[in-house]
Amino acid sequence: MARFEERGPRFPTVQPVRVDKIHPRAQALRRIVALIAVVVTIIILLPVFVMGISAFKTRADVMSSPPKVLFRPTLEGFMLLLTERAVVSPARLEELQETAKEGKLSLFERLALDAGMEITGPSAYVFRLRNSVIIAGISTIASVVLGLFAAYAFSRFRLRGKDDLLFFILSTRMLPAVVVTIPLFLMYRQLGLHDKHLGMIILYTVFNLSFSVWLLKGFIDEIPKEYEEAALVDGYTRLQAFFRIVLPQAASGIAATTVFCLIFAWNEYAFALMLTSQRARTAPPSIATMMGRGGIEWSAIAAGSLGFLIPVVIVTFALRKYLLRGITFGAIRG
Amino acid sequence: MATIELSKVEKKFGDLHAVKPLDLTINDGEFVVLLGPSGCGKTTTLRMISGLEAVTGGRILLNGKEVTWKHPSERDLAFVFQFYALYSHLSVRQNIAFPLQAQGMKREAIDKRVNEVVDILRIRHLLRLRPGKLAGGDQQRVALARALVRRPAAFLMDEPLGALDAELRESMRAEIKNLHIAQHATTVYVTHDQIEAMAMGDRIVVMSKAEVQQVGTPVDVYYNPSNLFVARFIGSPGMNLVKGKFSGGAVRMAGNDRYEVPPAWHKPLANSLDGRDEVILGFRPEAARVTPDGSMAGEVYATDMHGGHTVLHVNIFEGEMVHIRSDRQNTYPMGTPIRFAIDPEMVRFFNPRTEAAVRREAAR
Amino acid sequence: MSQVELKNITKRFPTVTALQDVSFSFEHGEFFVLLGPTGAGKTTTLRIVAGLEKQDSGTISMDGQNIDTRTPAERDVAFVFQQYSLYPTMTVYDNLAFPLRSPLRKTPEPEIKIRVESATEKLRISHLLKRKTAQLSGGEMQRVAIGRAIVREPRLFLMDEPLSNLDAKLREALRVELKHLQKTQGSTTLFVTHDQIEALTMADRIAVLNEGEVVQQGTPDDIYDRPATTFVAQLVGTPKINLLAASRQEGTVHVKGRGLCVPAPRLALPETFLMGIRPEDIRPDPNGTFGAVVSLTEPLGVETILHLKAGELPLLSLVPGMASQRVGDQIRFTIVQEKLHFFGPDNRRIAKERT
Repeated sequence: MARFEERGPRFPTVQPVRVDKIHPRAQALRRIVALIAVVVTIIILLPVFVMGISAFKTRADVMSSPPKVLFRPTLEGFMLLLTERAVVSPARLEELQETAKEGKLSLFERLALDAGMEITGPSAYVFRLRNSVIIAGISTIASVVLGLFAAYAFSRFRLRGKDDLLFFILSTRMLPAVVVTIPLFLMYRQLGLHDKHLGMIILYTVFNLSFSVWLLKGFIDEIPKEYEEAALVDGYTRLQAFFRIVLPQAASGIAATTVFCLIFAWNEYAFALMLTSQRARTAPPSIATMMGRGGIEWSAIAAGSLGFLIPVVIVTFALRKYLLRGITFGAIRG
Repeated sequence: MATIELSKVEKKFGDLHAVKPLDLTINDGEFVVLLGPSGCGKTTTLRMISGLEAVTGGRILLNGKEVTWKHPSERDLAFVFQFYALYSHLSVRQNIAFPLQAQGMKREAIDKRVNEVVDILRIRHLLRLRPGKLAGGDQQRVALARALVRRPAAFLMDEPLGALDAELRESMRAEIKNLHIAQHATTVYVTHDQIEAMAMGDRIVVMSKAEVQQVGTPVDVYYNPSNLFVARFIGSPGMNLVKGKFSGGAVRMAGNDRYEVPPAWHKPLANSLDGRDEVILGFRPEAARVTPDGSMAGEVYATDMHGGHTVLHVNIFEGEMVHIRSDRQNTYPMGTPIRFAIDPEMVRFFNPRTEAAVRREAAR
Repeated sequence: MSQVELKNITKRFPTVTALQDVSFSFEHGEFFVLLGPTGAGKTTTLRIVAGLEKQDSGTISMDGQNIDTRTPAERDVAFVFQQYSLYPTMTVYDNLAFPLRSPLRKTPEPEIKIRVESATEKLRISHLLKRKTAQLSGGEMQRVAIGRAIVREPRLFLMDEPLSNLDAKLREALRVELKHLQKTQGSTTLFVTHDQIEALTMADRIAVLNEGEVVQQGTPDDIYDRPATTFVAQLVGTPKINLLAASRQEGTVHVKGRGLCVPAPRLALPETFLMGIRPEDIRPDPNGTFGAVVSLTEPLGVETILHLKAGELPLLSLVPGMASQRVGDQIRFTIVQEKLHFFGPDNRRIAKERT
């Protein structure tokens, strides 16, 4: 009885609401501002939307002027993008039509048939897409992992010339890609890294490393070092403390860094164009130069662009739990 | 200077009540302390007065004029924060001049005011320095100067001494109080430290779990706490509160202890316990005196050294520990059985179910 | 549990010497407190004992064995930080189990369960086991932090101002609990704080630290009744001790400035010196020999602090209960002479008797 009890938990964190923002007049104003913001957003997103629906239009629809808003969707663009076709002889044409009637042709094969062609195999684009996945994926993982260890060291240890080193790392990002492309080209040719997966992976990793080190160092700085010191005193080695304590707490930072590094590596155009040709070429240079019979295949380009967006969106979506956690996990005080 | 009126002021976050409807009038020149544990709503209340937080209901009046929806800058109130909130890239002089510059005052007028204020707070020697180079106490003085220089209608202070060392807190406490007396400034002061509240407040508003528990002078809340919370919270250590049953003019407690209730309390107790006999007996550590013919018995568990006096932790029966203030002369090793008496003027009673204090007819 | 000895510990940082020749020791089962203002070097000392920092010179030994070269893990100490030591991504149970799951210990799960449950019972937090630590209140968090130290049953507990971030009332309650826990467990504890009340109420012995040096060591009674320097006298005791410049003439001590004089004690006093009077030894008395004006009253309930001005001389007086004096009153007071303290120009206590 003669004890003072404190019962938790305390009230959750709330954002303070300013007086002038709550007033009824202010609220009406806010709704108008919100409406304007929505309209502006729609206008900005329009090109993306157009690209998106173009991917599902027929060749004719894509080129029509004025642009068709209502149309019959088709996967022709994807078919053009992803397959190699050959014109077929009339005899073969009849054969295929027979098979189609029996329902034994795939969607793409039927679309090709409508244009009088037969599918001979996957297009070069598919191959390049695969390269993108490999190169961007591995370089992202490498830059995040290496960046993590470097960032931890910069954050926790006393190093001689630490500030200079950090600045040096940051300075690598100051170079515009085009300035170094020619020297890199020559260097890669000498080293035999031109048009090799390894070459691109190394390049992207190095370019992303500056960003990843800086970003991760910021996140790790936010984690009080008492956490690891407690673990050290409790019997863990620094490495164990790193994996069990720092990593889970830096999860949102790691997720954010991964997404950013991935976006850079995935969308990278200049280096991909200059330093690769046949074997290691990634998707971005290919999409723009999608040549087809009689001109540029717009629906294929639209399909390619749309398809290209999707993997990054998927990764970001998969990591959303970690990306959001960082925002709401601040110190909670009553 | 100013009077501040809060009329049914409340704050909700969704369904959660951060501050239940509150009525309070702060008179011109008064030093009112909002006291309570973390999360009780005291800081939220202060922030609503300042305009940094919007009210969910109720009105706030300054000198009779409604300011409920006014922007913080339009309320003529100065806010002193716990962590000073000084601008680290400006010198002390620039920090203090800042609010006046924001108001658009002329250079000479600003300089004059700044000079006045730095003399009052004795920080003239720090004018050229950056806040980062100052010790905690000096930083807080600069924060006070920055508030003082505006000559606002009232001062709002949010645990300004919380970040200071215990030693410094004592001297700054007296400084702030002296400042208040000299300036005759209406002040609303938030703290969780009841010693600060008692030392500084003209009136104390004791809050807990979003509700006001009692409003009164230090004498009121100390000698006549209105409920168990206030009785426990005020005083260091808080009031001893022992469960018992009242019958036949005495309180019987577990372990055969029996306390003869002074006659003045018989009728109030009979009327206030809702027909039951359960009662809580309350007495402050200094109200008990170790004496061989005392009516209560116990065993000394520990002795706390407090400098000029000691506090005995006494086990009176299973699981019930009371504190008794004692002098340094008498020492009681652990396990010593003692008897003690409770000053009949200082004893208090509470209803265990409502937690409210039983009021004696004659006011103290 | 252990006996610990620090000998001549010195630690220098690039901008400041944190510790200068610090030596002290404490015994098995003792609650030893390092008391000092912020920046005195208390946390640095604690970290050096834990092995989180390395001293520049000096030795530390535990139970007679030198532990300077041991890693923090090997020293078998438990550290309770001021804040931020609970892992927010884990539940309370996992936080408490964490030290036991370390590769160094590899305690089997059933035993972990027993130890964790016993610790949470002692700290009255058993109902919180499944919660994530981010949802706890400040007091609950510190209890869990202490629990995490207890489950390890280490040789030594190191506590770095664990109560400073808590509300005043909570601090009081946890103080009692901590002391009780320490006494029942018999754990050797090195506790650091800037709050002298914490030091006086909890310590078996205290070492007062100022600017990296140990100024005095002793029991709470020693530190309070016989402060070795003016620094210690002013640090310990609330309200602060009154320190007055004085000189001796014949058989009387005269306080500089105003006609305050008391009979000279039997000490070898230099020409000028400082006289210390604790506020509780200045008592308002209608028949008192000295006069003053009341400049401020601080009613604390159990006692009242009176700020007096005897002429130009500011004095603090502590009176029991609610004082009847008001600001502006002229009062008279006496001084309890047996409790006077004297310090020389070097600020050290004068204890030698006059010959």
